Amino acid sequence: MPPVLRAYQYSLLSYKRTWRGSLTTTFLYPVLYLAAMGVGLGHLIGHGQPDRAVGGVAYLWFLAPGLLAGTAMQIAANESTYPVMSGIKWLKTYWAMLATPLEVTDVLYGHLLWVLTRVALASGVFLGVMAAFNTVVSPWAVAAFPAAILTGAAFAAPMMAFSATRETDQSFVVIYRFAIVPLFLFSGTFFPIAQLPGWLQLVARCTPLYQGVSLCRALVLGHVPVSEALGHAAYLLSMSVAGVVLARVTYRRRLVQ
Amino acid sequence: MGSGDDFLMSQLSPGQGGQPRQSRPEVAVSRAGAVTGPGVDAAVKARGLTKRFGRFTAVDAIDFDIEVGEAFGFLGANGAGKTSTMRMIACLSPISGGTLQVLGLDPMHDGPQIRGRIGLVPQDDTLDLELTVRDNLYLYGRYFGLAKKQLRERVDELLEFARLSERADERVDPLSGGMRRRLTIARALVSSPSLVILDEPTTGLDPQARHLLWDRLYRLKREGVTLVVTTHYMDEAEQLCDRLVVMDAGRIVAAGSPRELIERWSTREVVELRFEPEGHEAHGERLADLAERVEVLPDRLLLYTDEGDATLDAVRSRGAAPIAALVRRSTLEDVFLHLTGRSLVD
Repeated sequence: MPPVLRAYQYSLLSYKRTWRGSLTTTFLYPVLYLAAMGVGLGHLIGHGQPDRAVGGVAYLWFLAPGLLAGTAMQIAANESTYPVMSGIKWLKTYWAMLATPLEVTDVLYGHLLWVLTRVALASGVFLGVMAAFNTVVSPWAVAAFPAAILTGAAFAAPMMAFSATRETDQSFVVIYRFAIVPLFLFSGTFFPIAQLPGWLQLVARCTPLYQGVSLCRALVLGHVPVSEALGHAAYLLSMSVAGVVLARVTYRRRLVQ
Repeated sequence: MGSGDDFLMSQLSPGQGGQPRQSRPEVAVSRAGAVTGPGVDAAVKARGLTKRFGRFTAVDAIDFDIEVGEAFGFLGANGAGKTSTMRMIACLSPISGGTLQVLGLDPMHDGPQIRGRIGLVPQDDTLDLELTVRDNLYLYGRYFGLAKKQLRERVDELLEFARLSERADERVDPLSGGMRRRLTIARALVSSPSLVILDEPTTGLDPQARHLLWDRLYRLKREGVTLVVTTHYMDEAEQLCDRLVVMDAGRIVAAGSPRELIERWSTREVVELRFEPEGHEAHGERLADLAERVEVLPDRLLLYTDEGDATLDAVRSRGAAPIAALVRRSTLEDVFLHLTGRSLVD
């Protein structure tokens, strides 16, 4: 077994303790959101044309792929902050690994692989629930699965790089309140960014979640302008790669002294 | 203790964990040759070994050889550079200067390979408190790439060795400090290492837990596993170590067997006298000529002499009336006091 997978196995084994609760949440979250906001709120939207309420589709159809990307971001953010702090300072699992033949990059990639596994699990369940709500319109929706994972990666890698530089977990709360939540609300997840004031639209366009939301929405609804979709994917991929490059530096700096 | 012996046999059997092991006769030969210094097959060899953190020099150009099969100690107060030295040997921390060889390999290039052949017991336990005792051992073995089936057997042996079989499927969190320490040691042995590094193995443990732990370490040593131990307990160093170095402020200030060090740096016996707290300085001056050397500590006066009883009689015939008096043999604590002017444990 390659060293990266040995490090990865740690997360798998620890997840065995919590998978029931975790999977239940993963399943309930999209059900509740889609029922309350998509179906419930969706009925109020549309001025008598509920099937073409937002962007030419029903609000539920509009909302679901946005939430898919937003969920990928949130899972990625959670799994790449506190668990990194735990690996370094609380449970010290990173140090345990480093006393064995595993190297810093094995520890990093093993953890990143796990974060992406969690994102994949959540996205898969989310897409399943979306199908149950009849919101999966196009066969292209299959590609929304890797797109959601890519969205997660674009957040996970830079966040891991950042987390490895922290002495306490205080900044994680700040990031959550002032970055993750605003991104979740204003990146075209719940309403088209055309509703924002002009300059904010520009800001929104530049955020990674907007890229992820647009990509997932295009794929799920089957309106795929190829060059635009490739642009979104390239953005997310660059951010992931940049995050990995950074994380290699910050992990090494923190763990090799 | 039959199970314990089974464990030891598995330590001995060559090829376990993929590494050939020294058998007992070879160890004996190398030990015999070790007296004159650098042996042919040193487990660890350091020359001018240095560790700097920014401007601070934690380890300052030290030389030492650790022979295969011996128990080698680093004795020193907190901050003397022991842990930094351990971390360099364990290939966790790159060296800043000098040369270092571990098991004949270069830590700069062969880190993973070396770590695969050594077991590290770090100062702070890095156990996963939320996993079970068994899973902690199992996972750690997987980090070494051990095969599942072989590893399961190994884990059972180690649980037996650490006397944790009955707690195997409980979480680590509620275990006592001594149990956790034993688990950490068992975990370090999962890959059947030929070199085990123990950084302050018994700090914070009660006497009973310490003795149990020492017993486990003797068993390892008996099987030819090389032990490298740091400690600031002189009794631990005396009990465990064949040879040791005394470290102070990043340097090695003395080296030898516990007996050699005591013979060289202290007298045979020590007279400990306790007076009224403010009287130690004055009494020290007044009694100085009765001993080879006098140490004045805040709470007592130490007179270094080869004939403790005679010296104590002389003290009494001078009319000095200590509140308490005691004659004892010299220990490594006295060596350390002499070499550094400080007590090991404050």
